[in-house]
Amino acid sequence: MAVSKVYASARDALAGVLKDGMVIHSGGFGLCGIPGALIEAIRDSGVKDLTIVSNNAGIDGAGLGLLLETRQVKKMISSYVGENATFAKQFLAGELEIEFNPQGTLAERIRAGGAGIPAFFTATGAGTQIAQGKETRNFDGRDYIMERGIFADLAIIHAWKGDTEGNLVYRKTARNFNPMMATAAKITIAQVEHLVEPGQIDPDHIITPGIFVKRIVKLDSIDKRIEQRTVRKRA
Amino acid sequence: MSITMKKPAGRSRDAMAARVADDIPEGWVVNLGIGIPTLVANHVPTTREVIFHSENGVLGVGPAPAEGTEDPWLINAGKAYITLRDGASIVHQADSFALIRGGHLDLCVLGGYQVAENGDLANWATGENDAAPAVGGAMDLGAGAKRVWVLMEHVTKDGKPRIVSRCSYPLTALGSVTRIYTNLAVIDVEPDGFFLRETAPGVDFETVQSLTDAVLHRR
Repeated sequence: MAVSKVYASARDALAGVLKDGMVIHSGGFGLCGIPGALIEAIRDSGVKDLTIVSNNAGIDGAGLGLLLETRQVKKMISSYVGENATFAKQFLAGELEIEFNPQGTLAERIRAGGAGIPAFFTATGAGTQIAQGKETRNFDGRDYIMERGIFADLAIIHAWKGDTEGNLVYRKTARNFNPMMATAAKITIAQVEHLVEPGQIDPDHIITPGIFVKRIVKLDSIDKRIEQRTVRKRA
Repeated sequence: MSITMKKPAGRSRDAMAARVADDIPEGWVVNLGIGIPTLVANHVPTTREVIFHSENGVLGVGPAPAEGTEDPWLINAGKAYITLRDGASIVHQADSFALIRGGHLDLCVLGGYQVAENGDLANWATGENDAAPAVGGAMDLGAGAKRVWVLMEHVTKDGKPRIVSRCSYPLTALGSVTRIYTNLAVIDVEPDGFFLRETAPGVDFETVQSLTDAVLHRR
């Protein structure tokens, strides 16, 4: 008899998983495709000293901004955190560590972590501040720096549709970091907008296979905020 | 007769973007950085097929949506709403950067703080500890695209040259910039240094040279 991966709420899905000091992958780009319900449940749990791997740090009052306000985050591993005033304040006051990465290096570090690759070489950042303290090697006449894979204790991700086996499909640019993060943690928990039965997603269309997803929770509602609102005026 | 030096205006931001757009040929796959480079897309005629890439995983970015038709799941790397052109595709972050880092982009147009005559680019930090570090995809684009063009004002707000013999700000990528478009000029960056391609309308060579902190060669 298969063990069900489906949990009734974000809080239930996180039960028994959270520990102080753990490393968490948190999907999303800006506020698009972030696991908002799981982030709120982590905030409510009170777990602290977290290291969070995420491209951005949310904004004040939304996304990972919630965990910054409650000071549950000790360190961020990110690429772009310019949008968040609370982040900047805590960082400049020396209250928050950051290990900051070129965006492609961050993505590749997570992909490598999930694929059992402990380190790789990239030209990105060679000769810059990013290269400090890292091994540099020359291949075919060009300098490359060594970057480490990242494997987390927990990955929290957002998908558009999932089945009860944990197979996932993403929606447009809400895909972003979610598929790599799903592969790169001891336990991956997905929040989905739509939950269906096995067989209802065409196997050719599945982006993340259920092997990577241990727990899944269906959202009741979804916050579709973005940071910048740019539209063409109607003629 | 007045001898007061008036700051030369040259091209407006839109005219700068239009000037870059003129040089992008049919069929290129292009990434536009945040800021003035984003404006370039508005100036590529729809009859010319240029595929725009956005780092968050889009190939085939279309214009901003009409009001009321925004799709909350469809944004660009600047976190603004976009549309997709027919034939567009969506990929995850690792693939989006594999196509950058693997040398598959024909061109990246980036903003800049400084460009040096050896092609070094500084565009992510001013070296002052007054902000949290935020590099995003600039280092990947600077190191990975087949061509890197920089689109920026010729001088800083307080009049200091941005085109210099050596960058003083923290570097984004080494030796990668091949052309610079500013409000005053278009300049090639070659192994032998800076070569002026053209000045903006109403701007002469001497003015551009006086606002550039390196030798500008003429062909």
